[in-house]
Amino acid sequence: MLRFLFKRLLLLVPILFGVVTVTFLLMYVIPGDPVLTLVGERYDDETLERMRSELGLDKPLPVQYLNYLGRLARFDLGESFVTKRPVSDAITERFPRTLALAFSAMLLALVGGVAIGLLAGWGRFRWLGRATMVFSLIGVSIPVFWLGLLLIYLFAIKLSILPPSGYGGGSIKYLILPAVTLSFASMATVARITRSGVVEAVGEDYVRTARAKGLGEMFVLGKHVLRNALVPVITIVGADFGSYLSGSVLTESIFGWPGLGRFIVQGILKRDFPVIQGSILFMAIVFVLVNLLVDVSYGIIDPRIRVKEKSG
Amino acid sequence: MRNGRHRSLRLMRNGSAFAGFLILSVVVGGALLAGLIAPRPPSEINLEAALTPPCIEYPFGTDAFGRDVLSRVLYGARISLGVGFMARTISLLLGLMLGTIAGFFGGKLDTLIMRAADITFAFPALLLLIAIMAVVTPGMISLFVALGIVGWAAMARLVRIQVLSVREREYVQAARAAGTGPLGLVFRHILPQCIAPVIVVYTLGLGMTIMAESSLSFLGLGVQPPDPSWGSMISRGIPFMRRAPWLTLFPGLVLTSTVCALNLLGDGLRDSLDPRTRGKEGR
Repeated sequence: MLRFLFKRLLLLVPILFGVVTVTFLLMYVIPGDPVLTLVGERYDDETLERMRSELGLDKPLPVQYLNYLGRLARFDLGESFVTKRPVSDAITERFPRTLALAFSAMLLALVGGVAIGLLAGWGRFRWLGRATMVFSLIGVSIPVFWLGLLLIYLFAIKLSILPPSGYGGGSIKYLILPAVTLSFASMATVARITRSGVVEAVGEDYVRTARAKGLGEMFVLGKHVLRNALVPVITIVGADFGSYLSGSVLTESIFGWPGLGRFIVQGILKRDFPVIQGSILFMAIVFVLVNLLVDVSYGIIDPRIRVKEKSG
Repeated sequence: MRNGRHRSLRLMRNGSAFAGFLILSVVVGGALLAGLIAPRPPSEINLEAALTPPCIEYPFGTDAFGRDVLSRVLYGARISLGVGFMARTISLLLGLMLGTIAGFFGGKLDTLIMRAADITFAFPALLLLIAIMAVVTPGMISLFVALGIVGWAAMARLVRIQVLSVREREYVQAARAAGTGPLGLVFRHILPQCIAPVIVVYTLGLGMTIMAESSLSFLGLGVQPPDPSWGSMISRGIPFMRRAPWLTLFPGLVLTSTVCALNLLGDGLRDSLDPRTRGKEGR
């Protein structure tokens, strides 16, 4: 197990390095001139030069790269062009709110998806099986931003039972619509996977034996069917974490949720490059670490993966 | 009994693939014939007719400038589908090239290419797209190049695995022994074996790409005004949600149907072209 963990951590190094390099190159090579955006319309050559040397942009590329790495090592992601506040401060402030939204959505997707998939796969209600297939198709096909707007229209504008947007100091009323929006695609996938797992398990001999033993249907479903159907579900939920991060950008901007995703969108609108790059780098690193965590936990749940790693 | 159920469900799946094909044909037809069937030019401003609800004259209503939403949705189809096809084709070419090189030659090149793929995968896709689009000049060309580049990795991984599995087959060995050069081996004997899964992934990815394009345009990072794009039409409709919900409703409906259709078609293709996955799900 330790060897497996060590190997995985080692693999992390080139990937993180690559992520940092890509973000650096995007920031410093492609844009015409970040300084121009910084000083705006009114500038003279002298100010321009001064700003460049202040930001270290007059140095050769490798030097700039090393400086960038050095700053990252001190968790310095630069300052926002607009507010002059360190980007890392804003991330510490806002990321917990994004996490809160993402975890609520994940919980919703897991509970809702498993419940739907279990009922549909059980086979007692036939129409539900077909309905689940339609739901899973729509779930992966509907753009998250449009779904959010539909929900706002229905629940906030037409029915007026939930607030259309805002944070509300963290009150649950404000969390419902964004969490449902963000969870929808994942819930649909979880429902489909659970259903096919349950359908498969229901046909197995051990389930027939359990039923023949006279065990109650609820007990059979919970103990024998669900347990076997859940393994692929956990895989899916872990793999979907990236879609929660991507989705949070759109969801938060629609619902005015003051998390990191909305921060990025505000950065885009104001062409605030340090904000965009710093936040995206941060999210990518979180994504990589979560993927590592997911991988390692499979290794714990399913020892076969560890063995395969060793031989491969 | 079990067999019969199986067959009917397979048929339903084919039926749904056919439904996907039909929906897609309507959208593609609308995009191709937009110049003929659109009731009005997409950017024609008519302030007197601003915010007209859907009616016979304006089936999808009009926006704040009195522009016909139906015409804009039709022209928007051109842009969404066009960007999607271009982007997927770029991903396909990059993926085929790099995946084949990695799988066929192996060694250091393989490691290098696959590491690059790992790094691409290390970013949540939409975030990488945002990072790219935020720094380049926005527009249609940067849009499909960015989408194409971000999509290369999945395609390259797929092609590499296919090439690896075919490379050591006997008929390839025989061709090699008969003196066929590497190019001949790749183009005549190896790549034709990889086509089926590549088509499936191309189609399924097309839906994702169109969705990503509309997300970027929604955020203002994609297609720029006055060009109509479904994503930007939706975002421009938000301030009018209360008074004119049709502005967000119709573009979104067409967008969702298009992605649905591509997913149905992709699933159907996978079932018919790739027998290994057949019947694994949806039983």
